[in-house]
Amino acid sequence: MDKNRKVHQFKNPVLNWIEFRLPIISYFKKEYGDYPMPKNCNYFWSFGALATITLVTMIVSGIFLAMNYTPHTDMAFDSVERIMRDVNYGWLMRYIHSNGAAFFFIIVYIHIVRAMYFGSYKYPRELNWILGVFIFLLMMATSFLGYTLPWGQMSYWGATVITNLFSAIPFIGEGLKTWLLGDYNVGNATLNRFFALHYVLPFVIFGVVGLHVAAVHVHGSNNPDGIDIKTNNDSVNFFPYMLIKDTVAMCAFGVAISAVIFFGPNLMAEVDNYIPADPLVTPAHIVPNWYLAPFYAILRAVPDKLGGVLLMFGAIVILFVLPWLDRSKVRSCNYRPIYKWFMMGFFVNFFALGYVGMLPAEGLYLLIARVGLLYYFGFFFIITPFVGWIEKPSKLPLSISDVYAKNIAPNIGGGEKGIPSPAMQKDTNL
Amino acid sequence: MAKKRKNKRRDFLQLSTVTLGAVGTAAFIWPFLKSMSPAEDTLAAGSTEVDISAIEEGQSITIKWRGKPVFIKKRTKDEIDAAKMVQASDLRDPQDDADRVQKEEWLVLVGVCTHLGCVPLGQKVSDMKGEYDGWYCPCHGSHYDTSGRIRKGPAPKNLDVPPYTFLNDNTIKIG
Repeated sequence: MDKNRKVHQFKNPVLNWIEFRLPIISYFKKEYGDYPMPKNCNYFWSFGALATITLVTMIVSGIFLAMNYTPHTDMAFDSVERIMRDVNYGWLMRYIHSNGAAFFFIIVYIHIVRAMYFGSYKYPRELNWILGVFIFLLMMATSFLGYTLPWGQMSYWGATVITNLFSAIPFIGEGLKTWLLGDYNVGNATLNRFFALHYVLPFVIFGVVGLHVAAVHVHGSNNPDGIDIKTNNDSVNFFPYMLIKDTVAMCAFGVAISAVIFFGPNLMAEVDNYIPADPLVTPAHIVPNWYLAPFYAILRAVPDKLGGVLLMFGAIVILFVLPWLDRSKVRSCNYRPIYKWFMMGFFVNFFALGYVGMLPAEGLYLLIARVGLLYYFGFFFIITPFVGWIEKPSKLPLSISDVYAKNIAPNIGGGEKGIPSPAMQKDTNL
Repeated sequence: MAKKRKNKRRDFLQLSTVTLGAVGTAAFIWPFLKSMSPAEDTLAAGSTEVDISAIEEGQSITIKWRGKPVFIKKRTKDEIDAAKMVQASDLRDPQDDADRVQKEEWLVLVGVCTHLGCVPLGQKVSDMKGEYDGWYCPCHGSHYDTSGRIRKGPAPKNLDVPPYTFLNDNTIKIG
């Protein structure tokens, strides 16, 4: 034991008592108090905090739903209806949970868009990005499992279609599928284990989120200009500045999600899921949740079972290696005149894939899905490495403070010539 | 020399410890993995007897067997001829119609699309039957012919034929 360990001293003796035994107070002070945030971070940087809050909301509302839910094929549907009709505020819990899932994905998609556009996945934050993609994967698995639980028609047939994806694997596929289902088709064994896994996975997500946050705090947050903090002038403390900013974002988010929960709770729900599951009748067309639709569109765009499954999973796995596909050292797309447009095209394309993923796979929709599929993979395998090689990025500001100097006096030649701004001179005087 | 021998001894101990640990862990994990496979009562789900005397020519019924839909269809002369005319070698999953039926007019199929497990349409008169006048899966657009063979769309295989026997002219035992 290190006798010379330096113990932080606080005014409050109780804090000192705790700190001496478990240095958790100084940890929180360092990571959430004095933690320096680049001062140019915009509201895109609030979505990490929003996602964390949503995760906690989902876990809490989920625990209370589980108190009244019965994971049995004969009773699951009725127990959900009972939650809606008889359990005190059960309707509120369920609508928070079902719409919360949709909003969780909205937030995380914006968070990912932020990371991609401003190059947050690049050195030195690659591991952070990998952990994030891993969280995204866990979220998709969890939401799929949860969607099965109400045991409506979409629950049943969604589960059937997704678990049948595994049967495409040569040789072991059928056996693997049967093992996952615990039966030869989706049945009570399946529902039971899906409930167990749906309950536990959010806590796994919570753990990985902890690592994700810890990893970003090592090198600090990225920012819209994608340049590092150089002096104290470039940053503000997390407390109170970023906390207040995140709180404002949270209020806006609260208004948005409340509007949906109270005035349009079924806007994002599928009507067919209010029909109890029937293993003998498949709904006219099976629709995934909108937030999984882009990947479903990729699955259906391929006229081969195994090929479709491989490309669908490939579309997610490819994200893991994005930091190594992108050869450009410049992080922010604001300074990448060519790649910027391809990046925006990627977002539009992803949205279009999601749109056709909700519609029948035929005619024009199928064509759009196939073009979208080509752009999706073309973006990663061709555009991203190639553009990084040929593109000449615009001149980066010398520092974060320099960005503001330019904004105040845009006529002083700007950053194009890299003239030191008054703020810069002040920095050097420090 | 003595040192070298000592290292060998240490290597052996290390290797055997790791091996034993790995085998032990695998033996410990196995029951957990195996518990997720279908349970004994699920495996024992028995057979079903079906009375087919009321089925008219051209009509098809759906019954439930081991939780899955099974189609029993009494085919018309035209449908039988259409199924027989096809060259098996032209098909994605080559199979002669004769290998898929016991009695020509009776076609028995597991009504689960071999793509992603939806129930194909075609049982009701009003249903879409697809381009080959058999069954059509609405989920991802697979077309099956009057022998339940895959003809068009993403499904890789023909509709399964379950094990069945004719107990007499009016009763089929499935399973």
